[in-house]
Amino acid sequence: MYHYDDFDRTLVTERVSEFRDQVARRLSGALTEEEFKPLRLMNGVYLQLHAYMLRIAIPYGTLSSEQMRTLAHVARRYDRNYGHFTTRQNIQFNWIKLEELPDAMTDLARGGLHGMQTSGNCVRNITTDQWAGVAPDEIEDPRIWAEILRQHSTMHPEFSFLPRKFKIALTAATHDRAAIRVHDIGLRLHRNGAGETGFEVIVGGGLGRTPFVGKTIKPFLPKRDLLSYVEAVLRVYNQYGRRDNIYKARIKILVHELGAEKFGAEVDAEWQKIKDGALALDPAFAADVAARFVYPDYEKLADGPAELTQARKNDTEFERWFKNSVSSHKVDGYAIVTLSLKPEGAPPGDATAEQMDAIADLADRHSFGEIRVGHEQNLVLPHVAQRDLYALWQSLYKIGVATPNVGLVSDIIACPGLDYCSLANTRSIPVAQELTRRFGDLALAQNLGRLHINISGCINACGHHHVGHIGLLGVEKNGEEYYQITLGGKADEDARLGALLGPAVKYDDVADVVEDVVATYVELRERPDELFVDTVKRIGIEPFKERIYAAR
Amino acid sequence: MPLVKDGQIVSDPYLRVLDDAPAPDDTAAIVPAARLLADAGELTRRAGPIGVLWPNDQTISELEPYLDKVALVALVFPNFRDGRAYSQARILRERYQFRGELRATGQVLRDQFLFLVRAGFDSFEVVKPADAQAFKDAIHRYSVFYQPAADGQLSAFRRRAIAHRTGAASPSVERVR
Ligand code: SF4
Repeated sequence: MYHYDDFDRTLVTERVSEFRDQVARRLSGALTEEEFKPLRLMNGVYLQLHAYMLRIAIPYGTLSSEQMRTLAHVARRYDRNYGHFTTRQNIQFNWIKLEELPDAMTDLARGGLHGMQTSGNCVRNITTDQWAGVAPDEIEDPRIWAEILRQHSTMHPEFSFLPRKFKIALTAATHDRAAIRVHDIGLRLHRNGAGETGFEVIVGGGLGRTPFVGKTIKPFLPKRDLLSYVEAVLRVYNQYGRRDNIYKARIKILVHELGAEKFGAEVDAEWQKIKDGALALDPAFAADVAARFVYPDYEKLADGPAELTQARKNDTEFERWFKNSVSSHKVDGYAIVTLSLKPEGAPPGDATAEQMDAIADLADRHSFGEIRVGHEQNLVLPHVAQRDLYALWQSLYKIGVATPNVGLVSDIIACPGLDYCSLANTRSIPVAQELTRRFGDLALAQNLGRLHINISGCINACGHHHVGHIGLLGVEKNGEEYYQITLGGKADEDARLGALLGPAVKYDDVADVVEDVVATYVELRERPDELFVDTVKRIGIEPFKERIYAAR
Repeated sequence: MPLVKDGQIVSDPYLRVLDDAPAPDDTAAIVPAARLLADAGELTRRAGPIGVLWPNDQTISELEPYLDKVALVALVFPNFRDGRAYSQARILRERYQFRGELRATGQVLRDQFLFLVRAGFDSFEVVKPADAQAFKDAIHRYSVFYQPAADGQLSAFRRRAIAHRTGAASPSVERVR
């Protein structure tokens, strides 16, 4: 956990008091809605179809149990008793009243939570590996660098009015769980030939209406230069990014129009002028931030304790969950546990206030009071002693977050869609619900292996459909809801965009088509353990196309 | 439109002179960028100080050779959301060490004041009189800044380091300037 100091606390409190004043001016009419809009957006407040929505940042996905209780309180007191975890390590409350927003924010601020950087054309909440600090395959904890970037970009005087929003993601592991190649800036912490650690800098990735996989413009950037280099990228973008067309304003378009090489050269020219200035990182600053990350006092335990072996043998349901939702930890005798927020038939990513409180209690009992939020809209207890797994599972089961479908076909990522979002063409949540019902049979899902379905209700791609193994994009045809289907997308170290299956299909047919796609895969896979994406990569999209459209 | 300078509402000594109008010899005058680039010699031989209105889509390095001759640079915010002039301002102050008046013009509203001050602006053509009245409050809303910028505020990183060195139990949050 990162512990706030007086600086961090003071800033958040001052921000809330500023926002209280802005809301008062809006309510009195001193500010028009148009003038108020950019101000509320800077605090994570959107105007949706039915009400204001408040988006709260969960920096690098780490929450304390106390913070989780604060979220539960806000859900109960100001919303309709639940919150929605998003694909960007945020939580959204969909039913907050404008008059009550400042109070909700004051309550959140007491827990060190806020909505800064969750909307508007600024540097957004910095995201990273949800297993940071505990993943066996990482070289160091990337959250320290995420925190340094978070601080540097918070209320940045030069970069709060960029051409468009700006997303930065980091990973320090071999397996990229942060999707860094589809971010405006992706940073991969790795070791060079000389054994020093530094960053590979990738720019211009992104989804939305013109998706791109990012390009590497710096293979190795020393740590001391992280802030100056990011500042140089932002400065080039702020001045030359397009502002004439909102759909061309993301950095990916600038990188694409200039070419990655020319863009990299511009950044380099700017960087040379500032790299030895005030932003050169003194190792003491980084050490100071690192010192405020407190790690659990782990016990000395061995892997595979008798209690666990016994339970796995005796209880097949537990065994199924264990195989699906428990991952190895860098410390012996501990495990990483994923809590599925995708039970059959429910909206993906939602949690009730009661669930949040219960999860907070379980985190205190079994995970050193720490919880993580991943970009797959699930929660994680990152430090569970293996001997406690059986007891923990029973408690998780009771509150409905032990569906063993993590990473499986029913672990669907979906945006809010037409149920909440004013930009949507189609409903996303009912499609997700229907699909979780169709694939509700866990034995079937297990047999299918890892298979990610991602659903976006419009071209803005909040459900990351381009990088779904199966991607569904809502489009409108003659006033009716249709879905475009793509296959074979991936967001990891081998990132690629899905290929279009064929003409869009009707809302009512989409679940049938997805079932047919899956059936085709089962028939054509080489071995039972060839994953869906690997089959698509091997045989291409044609065999799927033939099967699906021949039958229709 | 009220002008705020050094935190006070003041009257504007500068006259706006458009492209081909003559610039009066002994009055302070602001001319468009193209005019300055074309007639720099003549304009700066006048007795009155000269200022330039620099568009936000013109590279600021083109202005560098003239900076010792101009007393004021006015940058433009065509709307609240267009932040290009923040970069121009910081480059003028931090890279070219421009010490003259740096004026924010266009859609300048209360909620930008602090960002503007931090980027190096010291005068502001404010759209709404009520915002001009609230200038001091608006720029004193915050006492903590994470990043170094053109206003000389110490970043939180640096203040923490100082707090550690002086052995303070926890970093204080007083204003440094
Ligand atoms: S993808 Fe479109 S419909 Fe879905 S949340 Fe984003 S903007 Fe709304």
